[in-house]
Amino acid sequence: MAARLSGGENRLVSLPLSRIRVIMKSSPEVSSINQDALFLTAKATELFVQYLAAYSYKHGKGKEKNALTYSDLSHTAEECETFQFLADILPKKILASKYLKMLEKEKQDGNVREDDEEDEEEADEHEAVEDVGS
Amino acid sequence: MAERPEDLNLPNAVITRIIKEALPDGVNISKEARSAISRAASVFVLYATSCANNFAMKGKRKTLNAGDVLSAMEEMEFQRFVTPLKESLEVYRREQKGKKEARKDKDKKADSEEQDKSREEENDDDDERMDEEEQNDEEEVDN
Repeated sequence: MAARLSGGENRLVSLPLSRIRVIMKSSPEVSSINQDALFLTAKATELFVQYLAAYSYKHGKGKEKNALTYSDLSHTAEECETFQFLADILPKKILASKYLKMLEKEKQDGNVREDDEEDEEEADEHEAVEDVGS
Repeated sequence: MAERPEDLNLPNAVITRIIKEALPDGVNISKEARSAISRAASVFVLYATSCANNFAMKGKRKTLNAGDVLSAMEEMEFQRFVTPLKESLEVYRREQKGKKEARKDKDKKADSEEQDKSREEENDDDDERMDEEEQNDEEEVDN
């Protein structure tokens, strides 16, 4: 659509409006989108990408090795309120060994509870494992 | 959501270029980081759309407009985007208008009856186009 074919970074917007439109339309309550609104959303997304990248680089540890890493981004999502809406899709990563230790601990905590809650307990543990695993 | 997941993704090459523009030269961007930012961008679009749609509904409108998107940015705590967005929008609107008139001119050449009228309008068009060319080094591509 309005993705410009001239070279260089002087183009007004680089992200393809057609793709932005597909994403916007996937939102259930949206009926129609005016052309200006489509352009603004695309442009805003570019500004967002730049802001997220620059902020994460500035506040992260990746720059010690002249890099922008996933960890920098996930750190931003957790620490900065403006980016908190990204927390679910940029989860912190943990080592498998730590995860196993967490499971162990959960199991031990479960044994401290009363006997008649045992059935519930097992169901909870199963659920917890599924949540952490997904 | 949509049936094909790849449709909700933005093109990698473009995302990478935008990221590079924001970082100092030579900074390495891990593939994971790039992929994460791409996903974040898609989520941003959804969030912005949903937020803008709320403003449209408040105004009892079914069509999202520019004002709704700008209001959404404020609501989402991205006020810093509002001024640059407004400036870009002005340029975009001028370009769209220019294209529309360029198309009109093409039609007029084929229609001899309109020739007198078009000569008047062309003078205005030329003035506008000169302003645009000064500000905008890009070539215009007809869609």
